[in-house]
Amino acid sequence: MPLDAPATEAGVRTLSYAEAIREALAQAMEADPRVFLFGEDVGVYGGAFGVSGDLFHRFGADRVIDTPISELGLAGAAVGAALTGMRPVLEIQFSDFATLAMEQIVNQAAKIRFMFGGKATVPMVVRLPAGSGTGAAAQHSQSLEAWFAHVPGLKVVQPSTPHDAKGLLLAAIDDPNPVLVFEHKLLYRTKGPVPIEPYREPIGKAVVRRPGRDVTVVATSIMALRAAAAAETLAQEGIDAEIVDLRSLRPIDTDTIVASVAKTKRLIVVYEGVKTMGIGAEIAARVAEHPVMRTLAAPIVRLGGADSPIPYNPVLEKAAVPQEADIAAAVRSLVQEGAR
Amino acid sequence: MPNDLSSAVSQRPALAALDDATLASALRRMHLIRRFEEVAEQSYMRGLVHGTMHLSIGQEASAVGAILHLARDDYILSTHRGHGHCIAKGADVARMLAEFFGKETGYCRGRGGSMHIADLDTGNLGANGIVAGGLPIAVGVGMSIKAQKLPRVCMVFFGDGAANEGAFHESLNMASIWALPIVFLCENNQYGMSMDVAKAMAVANVADRAPAYAMPGVTVDGNDLPAVAAAAAEAIGRARSGDGPTLLECKTYRLRGHSKSDRNLYRTKDEIDGWRARDPIARLETELVEHGRLDAGRIAAIRADAEREIGAALEFAKSSPAPDPDQLTRDVYAA
Repeated sequence: MPLDAPATEAGVRTLSYAEAIREALAQAMEADPRVFLFGEDVGVYGGAFGVSGDLFHRFGADRVIDTPISELGLAGAAVGAALTGMRPVLEIQFSDFATLAMEQIVNQAAKIRFMFGGKATVPMVVRLPAGSGTGAAAQHSQSLEAWFAHVPGLKVVQPSTPHDAKGLLLAAIDDPNPVLVFEHKLLYRTKGPVPIEPYREPIGKAVVRRPGRDVTVVATSIMALRAAAAAETLAQEGIDAEIVDLRSLRPIDTDTIVASVAKTKRLIVVYEGVKTMGIGAEIAARVAEHPVMRTLAAPIVRLGGADSPIPYNPVLEKAAVPQEADIAAAVRSLVQEGAR
Repeated sequence: MPNDLSSAVSQRPALAALDDATLASALRRMHLIRRFEEVAEQSYMRGLVHGTMHLSIGQEASAVGAILHLARDDYILSTHRGHGHCIAKGADVARMLAEFFGKETGYCRGRGGSMHIADLDTGNLGANGIVAGGLPIAVGVGMSIKAQKLPRVCMVFFGDGAANEGAFHESLNMASIWALPIVFLCENNQYGMSMDVAKAMAVANVADRAPAYAMPGVTVDGNDLPAVAAAAAEAIGRARSGDGPTLLECKTYRLRGHSKSDRNLYRTKDEIDGWRARDPIARLETELVEHGRLDAGRIAAIRADAEREIGAALEFAKSSPAPDPDQLTRDVYAA
């Protein structure tokens, strides 16, 4: 469903991104007794970002479980529960804290099926509030999704709309593999159309948010929204940008990217994670390895986070990650360069 | 049988609690483990097995004793030194050895090797190459058992080295606050690779830490099969009846090095010989003969039978097909 789908359609309401996630959790728990949510302050408190809200009161303390502050232990608990027939959904309060849980996510969850010769499955979901823009500084604002996308055995998704937040989470809960869902903290209050019925968005499929003919902008998470807004400004200048919302880092939808680049002949990749060794390099390399490379009218551009921890000062914080104006400027420059 | 009666009187309760069939089966498993590891080691020396392996020779009583009273559908989680746990839980030694040989018929189709053997059919949720890697997983297994209201328990093995990982603290705490059906089974073999446990830990016993989690902590002689079995039975019973976890520590010793690269620079020959004199298999056999529980002929037959089974396993491993490189990524994801 496109971003601007009418909210008047039968069974479609306007929900916030946080409400859409909560609805997905509720519908999954209603449909399947194996599903449970656990994590720090997800119960009575309703989640640090209010995502779980009233789920504790609706489903009880056995299915919406408040936990000690033990990220490594919790990630391992998700592995153990998933291995033995449950469908755990773990909330890591800030995605930065996943660094404390790397052992269980990377060594255990991702590898158990492979190491055991394909006999085991680890159907667990980890929800990770991520990203900058909240003034929480360097240890509460990172975008570490590329770290996990480097690990075979994991799936990594980044919904940018309430619609996808619900559809990708339900797909993640259904998936027989460990799936990490990176939710952007600045998106929790954004609103959009969300069907009331449970539905799944396919993991591993990018979506074209705005068709265009001059340049392809592949963007992740909140950058897809910023890129779409930049595209409206650029349209007034006669630049027609195609916005591809990647949605899934692993598996990655190379086909949709290549098809778009084949049409526009220009590529810019926009992501919040640190630019160096990041998502942009992977996407640029995939295009560079493809015959479509020969048809490009301009070099590939990456627009990513600065080589810096996220700073506290709001001016510095904005400067550390791509903003709408940065995207517009980069696209402008790229299109003009291609025209020379 | 007056002879049996008189000997039964002098038997300690832990031995008397085990019937002859159980003892014979336990002894057979100990011999299977010992012979399995000897053959694995020989195969490595001959270049038939590559990589590395962590032998548990000398620790057989703790593996077999701890698992003796578990049911088939109870779970275990094991360690990098886990061959004994696998065999004690009922794994097929032929498929285990085939895994060492990297064969398609191995438990992990040659993808895991010695450190990652899992046998879900016998409740074995896998060995683990990461020290303390199994402890947090056990918490989730415990949550799962409780949520599904299953009459099962989860026994998680770990070494003295793992007791100093943060995962130990997180896991024991969560297991205790939620009264999970878990037995934390520490095999304290005195060394974390080369690090003497006395230098790595400020308390004398790993089990001394149990009061911090408000759970029972028990230390037993890990080379004493009946003693391990008795202590484990109590911990298993406690877990199964919903009373929560126990930290059970088996003091034992690995007679071989940490792995195949170990040159034994950190311990003396005298120390190793001292523990060799407390070999858990010889010790059990002596006690069984002494009390007329199994005679020498029966014991010899058990040993020969274990050797025969390992011999057949070796043939199976050698003659099994290797994996197809085209299938390298087949099991990275479940469909």
